[in-house]
Amino acid sequence: MYSFDPTEEQQMLIEAVKKYAANDLRPVAHEAEENKELPKKLVSKGWELGLLQASIPEAYGGFGERSAVTGALALEEMAFGDLAGTLAVLTPSLFATPISLAGSEEQKQTYLPKLIAGDWSPYTAALIEYTFDFDPNDLKTTAQRNGDEYTLHGAKAYVPFAKDAETILVYANLEGQTQGFIVPKDSDGLTISDEREKLMSLNALPFYRVKLDHVKIPVLRRLGGASGHDFDLILAAMRVANAATAVGVANAAFDYSKNYAREREAFGVKIAQKQAIAFMLAEMRTEIEAMRLLTWEAAWKLDHGREDAINEAYLASTGAADMTMMVTDRAVQILGGHGYIREHPVEMWMRNGRGFSTFTGLAIV
Amino acid sequence: MSIEFESPKPLMQAQFMLKTVGEEMIRPKSRYFDEHEHEIPWDYIEFMHLAMKASGGSSLVPRENGNNSEDKEKRAPIGYQLVATQIESLAWGDLGFYHCLPGGALGAAAIHAAGTPEQKEKFLARFKDEKPTFAAMCITESGAGSDNSAIRTRAVLDEETNEWVINGEKIFVTGGDKSFSEYEKLGKGFIVVWATIDPTSGRAGMRAFVIEGGTSGVRIVKLEHKLGIRCSDTAAISLVDARVPFENILGSPTVEKTTTGFKGAMATFDATRPLVAASGIGVARAALEFLKEKLAENGVQVRYGLPRQKLTAIERDVIDMEIMLKSAWLMVIKAVWMADNKKPNALEASMSKVKSGDVTTKITQKVVEILGPLGYSREFLAEKWMRDARITDIYEGTGQINRLVVARQILGYSGSELR
Repeated sequence: MYSFDPTEEQQMLIEAVKKYAANDLRPVAHEAEENKELPKKLVSKGWELGLLQASIPEAYGGFGERSAVTGALALEEMAFGDLAGTLAVLTPSLFATPISLAGSEEQKQTYLPKLIAGDWSPYTAALIEYTFDFDPNDLKTTAQRNGDEYTLHGAKAYVPFAKDAETILVYANLEGQTQGFIVPKDSDGLTISDEREKLMSLNALPFYRVKLDHVKIPVLRRLGGASGHDFDLILAAMRVANAATAVGVANAAFDYSKNYAREREAFGVKIAQKQAIAFMLAEMRTEIEAMRLLTWEAAWKLDHGREDAINEAYLASTGAADMTMMVTDRAVQILGGHGYIREHPVEMWMRNGRGFSTFTGLAIV
Repeated sequence: MSIEFESPKPLMQAQFMLKTVGEEMIRPKSRYFDEHEHEIPWDYIEFMHLAMKASGGSSLVPRENGNNSEDKEKRAPIGYQLVATQIESLAWGDLGFYHCLPGGALGAAAIHAAGTPEQKEKFLARFKDEKPTFAAMCITESGAGSDNSAIRTRAVLDEETNEWVINGEKIFVTGGDKSFSEYEKLGKGFIVVWATIDPTSGRAGMRAFVIEGGTSGVRIVKLEHKLGIRCSDTAAISLVDARVPFENILGSPTVEKTTTGFKGAMATFDATRPLVAASGIGVARAALEFLKEKLAENGVQVRYGLPRQKLTAIERDVIDMEIMLKSAWLMVIKAVWMADNKKPNALEASMSKVKSGDVTTKITQKVVEILGPLGYSREFLAEKWMRDARITDIYEGTGQINRLVVARQILGYSGSELR
């Protein structure tokens, strides 16, 4: 059967996340972007919402089961507040969720309980590489098996909180397949850039480059143990997260420009009363709805182990990235000159908006 | 409740069945009826009538829930979802043939939405008779399209005979000929004519009247020649002192100072817009599937999963079209799911129509482009689908009118605040 009503439990979570997004994330978003720093308390408060904790089974210290649908709902609401804050709060998921999904029993026992007990701590993951034709299924960073070790060699980029992280989940190319490897930061040959990444947006987040110069790690540190794991499912979960956050940012831009258009007068009427503006808003709302539903369906298919979940997640992520660029761009246009001024958030959302074609790997459901 | 995307079994069964009908019965005749405009596909009409009688369904109006079943109450209602699925599947076969589906179409939908129980009984029962029967809706006039408050057709009550006397001219009546003219193979149909009972009171004076087939004073004056959907007749109808029994009026016979009656009848469109959206999606799916077949035949693979910058132009187009098609279908499903669950869906209904109108025209046009000389050739159906599809962004509210409806909904504006 088809149904589009979240469960009561999901509804409660949505409400809590909405509140956090409106009261905590949104008010500091501008300053955080300008000052290139998120308030510390902000992240721990977001952590206390328990999104990650609720997706990890009790046996590993959590209190629930992972649901991509719930994750998508929460991410959309949170990204409505602020994307940088959202990605910061959920950075530990980049490490924990793949382990929970695909890790060996030993890996789960080793990392999950200590990661989710207590306060937010910077566990992270490294997928993106600094190349123009970056493809998560065709990584330049390589892994080679030598006896009971793997040797990782290459360079990663856009790694959030790498400097503070104790352990990084590094994705590398093992005989043509992308596989995750759990790499302690103090490994020989691993260096982290001194300087942070300089990006078009997300300046509040500390991203770093990570260099791996023949880093050797034991076989059992391969995600899933010696036999590895299915990267498709992890990538699909990243793509659903990318789509959901994209929908959230688009919705923020739509909502803000809609309210602006209802207030702003020109030629004796509110500009929203002009079809030129009203039709833009109608199309923005329509396209947001389209990609929200596609994202939900992809998440639902992931949760139900459907064969086409992988492809659907790809379509949702690709479509949502385009949609968000369009919507955020129009939001800037609706505000006119004011849209170009950094005191209004729409220009930042537009900078966010362009990123979703690159951001896969910065969030996961 | 929870968020679910499992297509219910009856929907899948309908898809399966109608795919066979499309492949075996409709597609082989598609080209013939495109090139022989105004011929009627009788074999198909008779077959579909029998098939629908056997299954108890009819077009555009979902099956009433039987009163005999308690366990049905527990099951979620899927009437509109099923109708949307059937329409999408039939339109996948051929959009013109879909319009030749016997049944009440918009005419019956209007009675379903605004009629009294007696009217429903009197006018709707005929669709289950021996012969296939049609009904049609007449709103548009040469001077009144999307702005249907400008309708000039006039209904005056003759108090002596207690009949409405109707004068005016209607155009663009889908299925008007089959609904009104007498054909040996058809049961007696009717047309639902919109007219004003008080030209000074605008929308508040607008009413719909059921006019039985063959009524004197009513004449089919023209069958249009169209860009596409050519086996669906589009009639112009003139009414000169057409007399209609008093009880054939839908809604109240007196004019109140409100537009509730008009709005009630316009609610027909909240129910039918997603269904028209569904019909467009059927055509778009046909075109996209055909393109993928041809690409495969020619050894062109679409490599899903690759990042944008690694895709070829054709791969990009195909992937974009899939995103459009899938998401548009989900919008239709959500809108009809809301209708099934009695949730107000004016916003979702219009959004689904906006999206489907866009997607359907874009996809069919793109498919012809990519196929090049094959696409443009009348030896294949791609060019016909493009011509057929173009209507879906026009009828039942153009894309622009639906944008207006969506905008008013999201901004909370009335018709006078956002014109």
